[in-house]
Amino acid sequence: MTDVTESAEPTEPPLDLLYSETEEDLRAAVRGLLADRAGHQVVLGLIESDSPYVPGLWKPLAADIGAAGLLVPEKLGGQGASHREAAVVLEELGRAVTPLPYLSSSVVATETLLALAGESEAAAGLLAELAGGRTVAVLAVPLSTAPGAELPLTGPVAGVADAAIADVLLVPRADGLYAVPAAEATVEPQTPLDLTRPLARVATGEGSGTRLAGPEATGPAVRRGLLAGAGLLASEQLGLAEWCLEETVRYTRERHQFNRPVGSFQALKHRMAQLWLDLVGARAAARAAADSLATGSADAPLIVAVAQAYCSKVAVRAAEECVQLHGGIGMTWEHPAHLALKRAKSDQIALGSAGRHQDVIAALVGLEPPV
Amino acid sequence: MIGAEELRALTGKLLDAYPPATTDRTDFLRARFDAGLAWVHYPVGLGGLDAPRALQAVVDAELAAAGAPDNDPRKIGIGLGMAAPTVLAHGSDEVKRRFLRPLWVGEEVWCQLFSEPGAGSDLAALATRAVRDDAGDWIVDGQKVWTSSAHTARWAILIARTDPDAPKHRGITYFVCDMTDPGVEVRPLRQITGEAEFNEVFLTGVRIPDAHRLGDVGDGWRVAQTTLMNERVSIGGSRIPREGGMIGKAAATWRERPELRTHDLHRRLLDHWVDAEVARLAGERLRQQLVAGRPGPEGSAMKLAFARLNQAISGLEVELLGEEGLLYGEWEMRRPELVDFTGRDAGYRYLRSKGNSIEGGTSEVLLNIVAERVLGLPPEPRNDKDVAWKDLAR
Repeated sequence: MTDVTESAEPTEPPLDLLYSETEEDLRAAVRGLLADRAGHQVVLGLIESDSPYVPGLWKPLAADIGAAGLLVPEKLGGQGASHREAAVVLEELGRAVTPLPYLSSSVVATETLLALAGESEAAAGLLAELAGGRTVAVLAVPLSTAPGAELPLTGPVAGVADAAIADVLLVPRADGLYAVPAAEATVEPQTPLDLTRPLARVATGEGSGTRLAGPEATGPAVRRGLLAGAGLLASEQLGLAEWCLEETVRYTRERHQFNRPVGSFQALKHRMAQLWLDLVGARAAARAAADSLATGSADAPLIVAVAQAYCSKVAVRAAEECVQLHGGIGMTWEHPAHLALKRAKSDQIALGSAGRHQDVIAALVGLEPPV
Repeated sequence: MIGAEELRALTGKLLDAYPPATTDRTDFLRARFDAGLAWVHYPVGLGGLDAPRALQAVVDAELAAAGAPDNDPRKIGIGLGMAAPTVLAHGSDEVKRRFLRPLWVGEEVWCQLFSEPGAGSDLAALATRAVRDDAGDWIVDGQKVWTSSAHTARWAILIARTDPDAPKHRGITYFVCDMTDPGVEVRPLRQITGEAEFNEVFLTGVRIPDAHRLGDVGDGWRVAQTTLMNERVSIGGSRIPREGGMIGKAAATWRERPELRTHDLHRRLLDHWVDAEVARLAGERLRQQLVAGRPGPEGSAMKLAFARLNQAISGLEVELLGEEGLLYGEWEMRRPELVDFTGRDAGYRYLRSKGNSIEGGTSEVLLNIVAERVLGLPPEPRNDKDVAWKDLAR
C-alpha cells in the first residue's frame, strides 16, 4: 500500500550531513597517529600510572596536524576550519578512547575564548597559544555542567576535567572570567570512573590570575564554550560507539561456541544490527550538531540538545553491548571494552545529562511539562 | 542521447496536439505514452525514448505547469513499481506491447500474487502449483494472501511452483495471471483496524497461456528479484520538515490539550520526539548521500526505524488521550483505496502501525539482512537450501 502523507518541503537550506574529502583526509591522519602511538594497549598501560596522557602525543596532534586550532580563524592564530573538522578529530579520539585534553582545551576553552577575543587582548593572546597547541587551558567548571547551567563562582570546584594537564585554568568568578596559571592554583586529583579523562578539585586564590572578561560577558562566553563542547561530544560518542560495534562484530565472527561462530546466532545478530541502526541515527545527529555550530545556525542550541540526548544513550548502549556480547573476556581488565564503557558512562553525564537536554528541547519546541 | 531541450520540445508538441483543458484524461495519457513521454528511460515504442531517467523530471515539470492530468501513480503503484520493470526485463516483445501501455495509463490495474499463508518471510517455500497441460497452457492451483488491489486488478504478477522435486528456489516460475479468469476468487482480508486494504486470492484451475510466462521455466525466483528490488526504490526522495510524520500529531495533541499532560507522558513524548527528529536527520543524510551519488546501506535502516517510531508514538498518543483513547472512530469494514499511516484517529494509527514492522519484510528479517549484508556476520546454519521442495517440513 502507498503512504500518501504529503507535507510541504522545508524551505531553509539543509544542514550538510556528509563528510568532505578534507574531513576524511584529516580523519586518516588522526587515525594513523593514534594507531601508531596510542593503541588501546598503550592506554591500558597508562591509566593506573601518575598520568594517563600518552607522552609526546599532544604536540603531533595539536600542533603538527593542527587539530588544536581548527575552530580558530587564521588571523587569530588558528587553522580557520570549523566544528565540522573538530568533530571528525573527536570521532577518532572517541574510537581510540584517547586521554587527551582536546574536548576540554581545543573545544570548550577555545570556544569560550573565541567569544572574548574581540574585546580582550589577554583572551586573544591566550587563544593563539591554545590554537598553536603550545598551551592547554581548561574551564574550571564541573565536567557535568550543561550549556546555560548556573556556574560555580566561589570556592574550590570539583570534577574539573583535564585540570591535571592544564597550563591555564579559566575560572568564572562573580566579577568575571579569569585566566589563572596552573602553577598558582591547587589541583587535587580525584579518582574518576573514566580513568582516561582525569578529574580534579581545583582551588584558586581570590583575585589570582588575569581578568579576561567582566561578569556580563562571562556567562554568554562560557555558555558558548559549553554548547560547542556538548555538540561535539556527540561526535566523540559516535566514534566510541562505532568502535564498540566493529570490535563486537569482529569478535563474534571469530569466537566459536556450539561448533559455530557466536555471531551467527540471531539473538546476538539482532542486537548488533540494532546498534548499527542506532549508529545511523547517531551519525546524522552528530553531523547535524557539528554543521549547525559551524554555520552558526539559529537552530544550533536545539540540534545540539537533540544530538546529546540521542548520542549519549547510543554510546552507553554500544559499550554495554560490547561488554555483554564479548562474554567473559569483556569483563576483564586486560580487554579494552571497559575503557569504552567507562568513557561512555561518564560522557552521559558530561556537559549535561540526556534529561537536561530534553528539558531544553521541550522549552525550545513548545512541548511544555504539566503545570 | 536525447537531451532536456528535445524533451521540452516534444512535451510542447504533445500539449499543442492534445490541450489538457479540452482532452479526455485517458486520451491524453495514451497520447503521452505514444509520444514516449510516459517514462522517458523506457525504450522507444514502449512509452519512452531511451533517455536518461533523471530527465523525467523535466517532462513532469512541463506537464504539471500546463495543468496536464497524471496517471495517479499512488493508485497503480504495484503496476508501475513492480510489474512494469519485470515485464520490461523479462517479457517477450509481444507481452511488452500488450501490457505496458494500459498499465501506465492506469486502464488496467495490477496486483502481486506472491505471499501465501505458508510462505511469508520464507517466500521461496511457496506452494501454489502450476502444471502444464497437453495444450501447453499452465493450470494454476493455490492460495495467495496480502494482495492489495486484487479486487480492482485486471492482471497479476504471479509466482508458482512448477518443479516440486527441485530445491525451493529452483522450482519456481513467474507468470502474468488474468484476474478475470473464472478460477480466480478474491475475498477481502479484514485487518485489526476493521478495514480491508488487502485480499486473499484463491486460484482454482486458473489457465495461463505459456506466452504469459516471464523468464524461463524454473527461473522465477531470479525474475522475482527484479520485482522485489524495485519495491523500495522510492526512499529518500524529498526533504521532510521537523515534526513531519506521526510525531507531529502527538505533539499537536500535547500542545492543544494541557489537561492531558502528565510527567511520565512528558518524558516519553520527548524521548520519541528526539528519536523522530534523529530519524528525520538520518533520512536527510541518506537523501544527501543519494544526491551525491554515494548511496550507502542506510536505506535499510529507515524502514526499521520508522516502524518502531510509528508504533511507539501512536501508542503514546492513545494513552495521552485518556478517556478518548478508550474510543475508536469506527469499526465498519471498508475498502480504502489509499492508506494514510498518519490519517484517521490515534486508535487507527496505533493499530495500522502494527503492520509497519510486518509488511514488506518483517523487522526481524530486516535485522538479519543488516547483520549479514551490512555487518558481515555469518548466516545461521540452514537445512533447506539443497532439499527438494516436496521434502521440506510444513
